[in-house]
Amino acid sequence: MPTAEASELYALTVTEGDPSWAGALAGVALKLPVFHVLEPEITGQIPEDVYERELSFATFSLDADTVTEPTRRIREQNGAG
Amino acid sequence: MTIQLAGKRVLALGERDGIQGPSISACAKAAGATVVLEQTHCFV
Repeated sequence: MPTAEASELYALTVTEGDPSWAGALAGVALKLPVFHVLEPEITGQIPEDVYERELSFATFSLDADTVTEPTRRIREQNGAG
Repeated sequence: MTIQLAGKRVLALGERDGIQGPSISACAKAAGATVVLEQTHCFV
């Protein structure tokens, strides 16, 4: 099940570097703008039929606000994008 | 912050038990982006 912690882990990895210091991106700050696909900025650009086919089922089983908060926060903290 | 996906290059990082990489790729491509990496990880 997707969690806020998982969102935070990958968001940090592509902006500030791997927070676990276990992988190749440890200490490598790519500063990439990171978004969760369920953020309104992204879903608003996806055609409705594609959204229904690819994402609508997932929205029944996860809390979009919870899993999108870390990506938004980390993106804004880093001024990425 | 707003971003326009059209014309952007996207890394589609999916989660095995959540939204998987191919679904993110399909959404990004449909919005006009180019997917340069598609992966699905397990965070358990």
